[in-house]
Amino acid sequence: MNLRSRGRKLLVPYVTAGVSDNWLDHVHAAVDAGADAVEIGIPFSDPVIDGPVIQAASVRALERGTTPSTVARDLARYRGDVPLIAMTYYNLAHNLGLAEFADLLVSAGIAGTILPDLPIEESAPWERAAADAGLAAVLLAAPTTPDDRLAEICRRSRGFVYGMGLLGVTGERPDLATSARTMARRITAVTDLPALIGVGVSKPEHAATLATDADGVIVGTPVVRRILESDDADQVATLVAQFRTALDTAAPPTRAFAAAG
Amino acid sequence: MRVAAMGAPTEQGWFGRFGGRFVPEPIVPACLELAAAFADAWADPAFRVEFDEVLRQYTGRPSPVTECRRLSADLGVRVLVKREDLNHTGSHKINNVVGQALLARRMGKRRFLAETGAGQHGVAAATAAALFGLDCVVFMGEVDMARQRLNVGRMELLGAEVRPVTSGSRTLKDALNDALREWVATVEDTYYCLGTVAGPHPYPLMVREFQRVIGDEAHAQCQAIDATPTHVVACVGGGSNAAGIFAGFADTDAALIGVEAAGGASVSEGRPGVVHGSRSLLLQDDAGQVVEAYSISAGLDYPGIGPEHAHLAEIGRATYPTVTDAEVITAVRVLSRSEGLIPALESAHAFAYVLREAGREIPPGSTVLVNMSGRGDKDMDQILERVDGAR
Repeated sequence: MNLRSRGRKLLVPYVTAGVSDNWLDHVHAAVDAGADAVEIGIPFSDPVIDGPVIQAASVRALERGTTPSTVARDLARYRGDVPLIAMTYYNLAHNLGLAEFADLLVSAGIAGTILPDLPIEESAPWERAAADAGLAAVLLAAPTTPDDRLAEICRRSRGFVYGMGLLGVTGERPDLATSARTMARRITAVTDLPALIGVGVSKPEHAATLATDADGVIVGTPVVRRILESDDADQVATLVAQFRTALDTAAPPTRAFAAAG
Repeated sequence: MRVAAMGAPTEQGWFGRFGGRFVPEPIVPACLELAAAFADAWADPAFRVEFDEVLRQYTGRPSPVTECRRLSADLGVRVLVKREDLNHTGSHKINNVVGQALLARRMGKRRFLAETGAGQHGVAAATAAALFGLDCVVFMGEVDMARQRLNVGRMELLGAEVRPVTSGSRTLKDALNDALREWVATVEDTYYCLGTVAGPHPYPLMVREFQRVIGDEAHAQCQAIDATPTHVVACVGGGSNAAGIFAGFADTDAALIGVEAAGGASVSEGRPGVVHGSRSLLLQDDAGQVVEAYSISAGLDYPGIGPEHAHLAEIGRATYPTVTDAEVITAVRVLSRSEGLIPALESAHAFAYVLREAGREIPPGSTVLVNMSGRGDKDMDQILERVDGAR
């Protein structure tokens, strides 16, 4: 998974898998509106890093019978050209067996994983299983992560480093936390991997502000809230396009990107 | 044969294959800081002296061991009861909370966060927060708030803010989720006072150590009356009162028996899984989604079990049978009528096992030590609804 070579600030929207019959339409809408990758949330019963909106989407998806296997089945119809990254909780991998879970994700066309309840003390087995299967195990950093620990997270992370923009669960905030830019600067100071900031990136102007310091943003709750409000994938397309414009205005894409595009 | 058990876990908090620290990155540094602070405090004689002093002068320790003469005669086994119901606030929960409040103060934290099921841990946390001048927030499931109105009122009177949990099962499992979420958001100034031997390292170890006063006292008290328990019985939700009393008898020949609710039988029906910060035995479906437990007692409505209990089960040092709600209600009635003891519905699980198994799994002539972890006052509404002829 090589995101930086795209030559523009990276935009990674999040969609809860299985939240509706047409959930994949929302993924495609995000891709068509300028996403550089899409986070696919595989719902878990106890999502401790998620706020009320993504919790509600998870409940709805679980009530519809969503499992890692149904997500993989649905993703057979994915027609986008950007990487998909699974975001879920460790128990689903642990339950199936790490190698089996990694293989399932790869068979579904997934390129990387984000497991927010798996800190570096416990993540080595998953990092190995993911590497063996050809998956990028993305690790997370937080504003409370000390420097030496941050360096190790950045050294072991694959694909990019997920910097949490604030201390708190996923959800929309009126203002961008000051910790978000600091987080991005701290990550880029110690790694060549892209630094993506997620949690609390709620508005296009937040993304624009982060374009100075981060390599990109992850936008979850604003997308999921629209999906919960309406099955109309145009809502997601409009939102993602606004974030795309904000990022590209704040940090114009390189010539290489224009040529490739 | 004696099995070495209930020692220290590994540095990362593993009891055999169970335990660990599976929490989001924002609170990992806080868990590391807490593990170091607890180790430092627990090794500090001054901390131990203050802890003992508060337990003695404030909560009323030591709690007695009561000889149940009528029940013993009926059952043909000698029944001794460790009276944690006599603690201030009415259960064993205060032991752990006093320890953690002292630790919070030592760490310079001003805000005290807790989750609660039946409300006993919440009341204990609110009490300790009042005693030590800490701000207190307690997360409690909406379902449990309805079942335990009295405890909600007590917490509020003590100055705590009770936050209703409306997600998921709206019981202990989701109260724990919301407490963890709140801790993620406020970790810089907030101490998380987890109420049981679950969660990320160091909580399973720390809570056991703060509760081991139950077992250490009981061991000495039994010796003083020339009793050698052959069976030590306690109820298990997460498992803190059981861990506390087991700790005093792990290196004896006594059988250690943790009694689970039939609807929350993590050991007999669960599989290894990871939730709430540790790997343990967990009720879950085929895909790994955590299943909601059911029990008449809000305190045992938990789909997991503390990781050390999973380890004790795996190495065969403890067993974890189940009892039904009906057996629990019968036990409440029997204990009330034969001994004048109205146990909490949680504690009644331990008694229900003894009533059922005396003369069977528990051979005639055995000496059974039961941990009465709490008193039943909080459960009177439910008990009156269920006990025929209670009035």
